[in-house]
Amino acid sequence: MNPQSKVAPRPGNCTILTVPDQRIAPLRIADLRVVRLLLGGLEWFGEIGRFTVDLVSAALAPPYEGKELLRQMDEIGSKSMPLVALAGCAIGVVLSLQLRDNLAQFGAKAMLPSVIVMSLIKESGPIITALIVSGRVSAGIGAELGSMRVTEQIDAMEASAVDPLKFLVATRVLACILMLPLLTAVADFCGIVAGWLTTTLVEPITFTYFLNNGLAQSDFGDLLPSTLKTMVFGFLIGLIGCFQGMRAKGGTQGVGRASTSAVVLASLFVILADVVLVRLIITFFN
Amino acid sequence: MDSDTENKIPIRVQGLCKSFGKQMVLDRIDLRVATGETLAVLGRSGTGKSVLLKLLIGLLTPDAGEIEINGHRIDGQTAKDPNKVRTTIGFVFQNAALYDSLTVEENVAFPLRRHMPMTDQKRRDRVRQLLERVGMEDAAAKMPSDISGGMRKRAGLARALALDPAIMLLDEPTAGLDPITANEIDQLIRELQTERHMSSILVTHDMLSVGRVADRIAMLKEGSIVAEGTLADIRRSDDPFVSQYMDLSGEVS
Repeated sequence: MNPQSKVAPRPGNCTILTVPDQRIAPLRIADLRVVRLLLGGLEWFGEIGRFTVDLVSAALAPPYEGKELLRQMDEIGSKSMPLVALAGCAIGVVLSLQLRDNLAQFGAKAMLPSVIVMSLIKESGPIITALIVSGRVSAGIGAELGSMRVTEQIDAMEASAVDPLKFLVATRVLACILMLPLLTAVADFCGIVAGWLTTTLVEPITFTYFLNNGLAQSDFGDLLPSTLKTMVFGFLIGLIGCFQGMRAKGGTQGVGRASTSAVVLASLFVILADVVLVRLIITFFN
Repeated sequence: MDSDTENKIPIRVQGLCKSFGKQMVLDRIDLRVATGETLAVLGRSGTGKSVLLKLLIGLLTPDAGEIEINGHRIDGQTAKDPNKVRTTIGFVFQNAALYDSLTVEENVAFPLRRHMPMTDQKRRDRVRQLLERVGMEDAAAKMPSDISGGMRKRAGLARALALDPAIMLLDEPTAGLDPITANEIDQLIRELQTERHMSSILVTHDMLSVGRVADRIAMLKEGSIVAEGTLADIRRSDDPFVSQYMDLSGEVS
């Protein structure tokens, strides 16, 4: 911090500048930026842990918010679908373009459908869907709950004896958990169709052949765990979006911070969780 | 006062303390509000008036002290289900705090939907009644962002009245309104209080509003109550802070 100079008034017309004592203060570990960041991070983990426990107990207690859940499923699921479908198509096209020549070099061009399908189902589909949804939904939830927090709407809800954890948070998190696998299936399907279209433009093959060839190397054991792991991504996206929104403070700037941090943290934790989940799936399902 | 009468006091606060970090916001506050009575809490900005209201409805937990609403403790240590007590309190927020994704009508219906099982038709009738009572029947289908500040306060009042509360907490209901609208809101509050015999706490800076609505005044300074009594008592107070406050707030006569 810059030492601030103070102008001290003196009798008469003249003033003198007094400079604060500039002796170097003893270095304290707690003042180090890296330590502060670390402590801040630990505090965040502690808070989100407590938030999750409170959330689970609020969500499990009846009555259940069925209508609001459906509304959120529509908001989060249906409205993300065009984006997810488009992203899936793009990935399908890119995979087909990239892999064709590479596989041809090894004389494995016949493997193209199965590499595209496997790659989409196992990794590209789920992770692209999760990242698209974390961009759209986390930011949306962070901003929505954040602005409700700073305009006292969440206080108003509590004051009318409605638990915002149950009504606002639980419904959003659950909607994310339920919609992510469905959106992933959409992305997978669109990717496969787009991959086939791109392939067939260069070298015509029927969709049935493409699909049969593609699925020959994979079974339900590949499809199911990879698609269902997106429920964990959905949980992280919903939870982090809601958590950042609920703790927003400081007016519109706070809402902006909540929204940005929700996207950044949700995307980061989705990717980190993917590492763990892929390892677990390889251990238990392959 | 015997113990039987004491139990019936709608709002009783004793030794209430609240601090944020090192800053003591409320320091051993004692308050009582009788049935049908309106207490105005005055004081400079940042002296904990809104904090007091939020403590009363359990949105904040006190550091020490007791809060009793209709004989039920709501101070965190012994409160079992704060939501039961909350349904008996109507809270009008400073900026109305209407849910901005819902229409005015849906805002008023929100507490009813959650706490009063009734048919859709009955609920619609009740919402219409409430909106008519605050003169908002024509704006029922509008979104909160499309109505004026005064209308938002009216809608906030209607929402706070939805569950027929015995207690009303009003956080600066006339702040930011022109004198005519402020007067209308005050008249409305007064009428509602007479109709429903609600006990109210009104936090405000508007002395005209205090004169129109309040039965008693408590003056807060640095977290403590420095003067308490009727408007006449407060006017007579020789406390320098109270006199200065009354002089500068345009309180004449």
